[in-house]
Amino acid sequence: MNAPQYRIPGAPQAQPAPASAATPDAIAPAPDGGARSVAEVLAQSQVEAVLDELDRDLVGLVPVKTRIRDIAALLVIDKLRRNLGLQAQAPSLHMSFTGNPGTGKTTVALRMAQILHRLGYVRKGHLVAVTRDDLVGQYIGHTAPKTKEVLKKAMGGVLFIDEAYYLYRPENERDYGQEAIEILLQVMENQRDDLVVILAGYKDRMDTFFRSNPGLSSRIAHHLDFPDYSGDELLRIGDRMLEQMHYRFGEGARALFTQYLALRATQPHFANARSVRNALDRARLRQASRLFSQRERELTRDDLCTLEVADLSASRVFADAKP
Amino acid sequence: MMTNPTGRLTQGQFSFLPDLTDAEIALQIEYGLNKGYAWSVEYTDDPHPRNTYWEMFGNPMFDLKDAAGVMAELKACRKTFPNHYIRMMAFDSTRNVESIAMSFIVNRPASEPGFALSRQEGHGRSMRYTVHSYATDKPEAERYGSR
Repeated sequence: MNAPQYRIPGAPQAQPAPASAATPDAIAPAPDGGARSVAEVLAQSQVEAVLDELDRDLVGLVPVKTRIRDIAALLVIDKLRRNLGLQAQAPSLHMSFTGNPGTGKTTVALRMAQILHRLGYVRKGHLVAVTRDDLVGQYIGHTAPKTKEVLKKAMGGVLFIDEAYYLYRPENERDYGQEAIEILLQVMENQRDDLVVILAGYKDRMDTFFRSNPGLSSRIAHHLDFPDYSGDELLRIGDRMLEQMHYRFGEGARALFTQYLALRATQPHFANARSVRNALDRARLRQASRLFSQRERELTRDDLCTLEVADLSASRVFADAKP
Repeated sequence: MMTNPTGRLTQGQFSFLPDLTDAEIALQIEYGLNKGYAWSVEYTDDPHPRNTYWEMFGNPMFDLKDAAGVMAELKACRKTFPNHYIRMMAFDSTRNVESIAMSFIVNRPASEPGFALSRQEGHGRSMRYTVHSYATDKPEAERYGSR
């Protein structure tokens, strides 16, 4: 049968280019413009913008940002190597994100999908976030199709498994979670170019999880630990959130909020950025009812945007701390 | 056969072309996904043109973003039924369309014996014609050699 008259875009070997002069050296011209310097790759992929955005939008998280920069650098260099015809094996980029609640694991995972897409490591750059319920079935033979369906949906993007330690339940040896883990392992190993798996969860429980599933642990190249935010960082996060919601602190309110955060951090169930968000949401509620009670007053733009000291000081955190 | 000199089943898209390679199939799938179609894999060993509904291999795949997932399903089907006809179907769920938008064969048996024209004598001198696949003379699952 004759050779096809058409060419598949992106196919590895093409017919000799018709018009261009035959290149004497063996190195094939790279398909994507043949970038030869880091700057060129960065210009083509605009990964710089994503990294800067990451730096700008996310407060703190220095170790995480450093690692993401490292990964980005590796992918850029790999691209340059490929352009020169050198062997560049796709690195394994499965990751585990561990850290306390509200430290930004999901947010970073979303960004990760974007970054990897810009670098051309994943083809589509979407994020599929799942938990145990989406992977593990309820009866025999239910788990495998369910897990496979989720994996198929995540192909070309990032699969984010939140609270991954729930997948393995040692107290029940007939738990179907093990089956899901096995399928996951197989795909993580064999279809590395097709998807990136990110497991997330609280530090101590993830450690136990990895200890009981050594196969999983060794297939994950990047174990990222998300540190808790300092008081200062939490305050900056609060500022950002208010800014996004078009609110601002009134006189003395910001100082009071600092105190609030210091007190709240010592109490149980403190969830870092999430607690900040909740506190601000409750302050907005109080502000709303404060303004609501003043029926006759004409409200200005400033009134509607300002969180006063009273809105914050009514919090239960202060009441509990007083005695 | 005069009308089909290569002796190959011609149903669906691309059936007069040489077999699509996996890369080409992936590109077609990608095209469908970009259009918002849901792909599914079907197989049969009865090539009769009126055999409209083939057996489904797994569920239709909704909400996929990338061809790799569909290709994995196709590979699994090929492994299970290497000597069957396998086709890809793209379902368009747009309101008021809600039907198959693309369909092409991606796997064929090694040899396709083709069809016979059978004649039945009716009343008077009338003649009824029908096509009959040689392969279906054998029982199901034995039609194209044992698997």
